[in-house]
Amino acid sequence: MAGVRVLVGTRKGAFILESDANRRQWEVRGPFFAGWEVYHVKGSPVDPDRIYASQTSGWFGQIIQRSSDAGKTWEQPGLKPGEPSTTPEGMPMGESNKFMYDTSSESGKPLTTHQFYDGTQHPWQFKRVWHLEPSLTDPNTVYAGVEDAALFRTTDGGKSWHELAGLRGHGTGPKWQPGAGGMCLHTILLDPVNPSRIYVAISAAGAFRTDDGGKTWKPINRGLKSQYIPDPDAEVGHCVHRIAMHRSRPKVLFMQKHWDVLRSDDAGDSWREVSGNLPTDFGFVIDVHAHEPETIYVVPIKSDGEHYPPDGKLRVYRSRSGGNEWEAMTKGLPQKDCYVNVLRDAMAVDALDSCGIYFGTTGGQVYASTDAGDSWNPIVRDLPAVLSVEVQTLP
Amino acid sequence: MIRIILPPPLRVLAGTGPEVTLDVQGRVTLRSLLDALESRYPMLRGTIRDHESLQRRPFVRFFACEEDLSHEPPDTPLPDAVAQGKEPFMVVGAIAGG
Repeated sequence: MAGVRVLVGTRKGAFILESDANRRQWEVRGPFFAGWEVYHVKGSPVDPDRIYASQTSGWFGQIIQRSSDAGKTWEQPGLKPGEPSTTPEGMPMGESNKFMYDTSSESGKPLTTHQFYDGTQHPWQFKRVWHLEPSLTDPNTVYAGVEDAALFRTTDGGKSWHELAGLRGHGTGPKWQPGAGGMCLHTILLDPVNPSRIYVAISAAGAFRTDDGGKTWKPINRGLKSQYIPDPDAEVGHCVHRIAMHRSRPKVLFMQKHWDVLRSDDAGDSWREVSGNLPTDFGFVIDVHAHEPETIYVVPIKSDGEHYPPDGKLRVYRSRSGGNEWEAMTKGLPQKDCYVNVLRDAMAVDALDSCGIYFGTTGGQVYASTDAGDSWNPIVRDLPAVLSVEVQTLP
Repeated sequence: MIRIILPPPLRVLAGTGPEVTLDVQGRVTLRSLLDALESRYPMLRGTIRDHESLQRRPFVRFFACEEDLSHEPPDTPLPDAVAQGKEPFMVVGAIAGG
């Protein structure tokens, strides 16, 4: 039976919310990996039972978890219970949490420094995986966006990870700097038409594109203006918060930047602002309707210093014209005394006929709309602070 | 047998109770003890010390016999009471966050 599975990462574990296609009754499972920060959980588009999760801790580092049964059971890839801990050749298993920057002479790049908050140069240090993006065609291939910013890939279901070092190594690394959340690669968009094309976004470096499967990259930030860097029009240094794409038009991109909402109609070669009548153009999330490629959603946040909705009113803004003209969606959302945030990976859409929109808040609510944003209901109200929301539309 | 007490998050990862016991070949040092621990429980690699440098993670501490051994060089022999299994070696998550 058709249905929806919502994968939620929070500050203290992961949760799985499931419903049939009516989306009225929800079953909540979890917490998985209780007590750990789960930055992201995402399923394979070609095998919805295959789900990957990034489990992380400031104390104990990075863990990658994988499920092959829709989240009922989990394992660290390469480490099934009862299996020997070394290969027959004596090589240690348990490398699924090993993210080493590639500095090899064959495929890697020298590890440069990057800017710190105060402008001094700091060495690159791996901290965590922010985003997992499973391949559109192979359940064992997954891309990982990490902090300090770099892109990794596994082709063996998460057992081992290898950096696509051309991104970090194309020469602008010393100009990259951390945003408030750290210097993270948080957005990975795989082009459904051109398998050699990938978009990524980094806070605070900007957006980048490869057209050769990840070997070489170029910044795609023309048209972005940021007052917090010495040259507001610089090639890199912009704090891009999120990019979204409709799979039917992979050259059209929508961006929520630190400030400003923008769009590109030429695969990121140029951008123009479409903030229009938004009450504030600061925010984190942006997403596109599953069936209407010009219908987009954002959640305006008051400012970079005040990470909550303006006037204490939680409003999703929808544009049916690809930006510039926005309408506030308020029905079912708190319209007074609401001071939660909605983080960059915490909005997703389903692909049912009446498109469902979902987002999670730092107050632990996950809201859903089954009518493309016209009205909202909380699926669950009291989770730990939500870091990410992903949706699987089940056949 | 060496006794090691793990912090709760690592017990869950390793699928153990509060205390694990290990045989350590040769001289018992921080390095040999952690090598043996990670060999038995490879899912703990990278969670206590860095994969490559083998440096202790900043928010992890090592206590034994009422002493803080976190900053001891890795090849320093551990106390006899630890090596003989009379006292546990404790891997502790640093206190933070209230």
